[in-house]
Amino acid sequence: MKLHFDLATVLQGNYGALFLHGIELTLAMAVLAWLLSLVVGILLTLIRLTNNRIATAFVSTFVAYHRNVPMLVQILFWYFGIANVLPQGLQTLLNEYNGQFVFAVIAIGLCSAAYLSEDIRSGLRAIPYGQYEASRALGLNFLNGMRYVVLPQALRNAIPPMVNHAVLLFKNTSLAMAIGAAELTYVTRQIENETFLSFESYLVATVVYLTLSLVIMLAGARLATSYRIPGVK
Amino acid sequence: MFDILRDNWTLLLIGQYPHGPLGGIVLTILLSLSALVIAFPLGILVALARISPFPFLRAPATGLVYMVRGIPLLMVIFWVYFLVPVLTGYPVTGFMTMLCALVIYDSAYLGEIIRAGIEALPKGQTEASRALGLSYLKTVRAVILPQALYNVVPSMVTQFVSTVKETSLGYIINVQEISFAADQINNRLLTKPFSVYLILALSYFVLCYALTQFAQYLERRVTRKRAGARARNSGATAASLADPLPTEN
Repeated sequence: MKLHFDLATVLQGNYGALFLHGIELTLAMAVLAWLLSLVVGILLTLIRLTNNRIATAFVSTFVAYHRNVPMLVQILFWYFGIANVLPQGLQTLLNEYNGQFVFAVIAIGLCSAAYLSEDIRSGLRAIPYGQYEASRALGLNFLNGMRYVVLPQALRNAIPPMVNHAVLLFKNTSLAMAIGAAELTYVTRQIENETFLSFESYLVATVVYLTLSLVIMLAGARLATSYRIPGVK
Repeated sequence: MFDILRDNWTLLLIGQYPHGPLGGIVLTILLSLSALVIAFPLGILVALARISPFPFLRAPATGLVYMVRGIPLLMVIFWVYFLVPVLTGYPVTGFMTMLCALVIYDSAYLGEIIRAGIEALPKGQTEASRALGLSYLKTVRAVILPQALYNVVPSMVTQFVSTVKETSLGYIINVQEISFAADQINNRLLTKPFSVYLILALSYFVLCYALTQFAQYLERRVTRKRAGARARNSGATAASLADPLPTEN
């Protein structure tokens, strides 16, 4: 077998454009899913803070489900299962507007929300209750005490695990290929099938994934240092 | 939903086993268990290399950990699928592909878990054992690892849960584990995707939830034992063993 290395073919012309489209979709998916997870994650934390029995049970179930079922299965369940029981009109509408993408974003976003709410919760738990009591004693009401005293500390504690989970979310967008969303892994397989340049196509995709993950990790580390509480390790 | 379960429970449990290859949830467990068992000694090596004073050991181990953290498992699976036959000259089965990919992944993650366990031990443990005249290897084997590994048992069970969840990716390369079996059932029935995938999700949930609860039980036991040791030694610090690298799939 003659070994040759032909990076140019997969990077130029149609294949290069295809790669770019894949990267674009991967990034869009990651950003949208992350925003969804942020909103839902904060909501879940707030619901848990109410200490209502039913509300807390709901959040615990939500978190337990999303942490104990593989993300791939959640994506499949959304795309094949839940999509199937939606009203017909909505199904047609979603199929017209790239249903794979939408369901992948929902599945990945909700799953990450469960992890994110746990991150914020453990960040909150690390703040001594005295901080809250002191803020109330100083005359701040509940919301202001949360806003000015408790949350600024809790969110700083939560930055490192949140960055880890953001990297995981980014990596997990690759699972969307299972339902045919044309993100980076999907187009890599497609290019490989058409050119038979397996090594080159995988190399490009791997470098892109690794670079972007490292960028997220690095940015997260910078964020954690710049928001560090002075005097606290 | 119950009739689907009644008609297909053997397929979900053991695949087509007596008449065909083993599959279903038994294969899922077999795959994740063997991956973890093979990755365990490698994880110890990665952990020791990561904290070694020699850069030629530290650099490759650190490189591996960052590669694994930065590349999706799916990409690793495709690499193995393509590279192992080229390098060895033999075709590989889906099972072996999945196993190799999981071992690479798990050895890095277990390495980080074990490293956290080692670093949480008081420095005095190493110093005392070296002062007693034990060599580096004996210190690691007789003093450091027994304590560190005991303390990270809960995290390792959590890693096992992650591995079980990661085996679902075998579906993409046609390994006949439980997700693949569910997909087969769905293709045969065609009309009940909601029930089929709900059954699949619930099967994973039952398995992983039980394991997660077990990990939490172990965590409480380890914490209690460490608290006891601290009270006896009065003053020895016990850093908290937070999960060094959260995993999910």
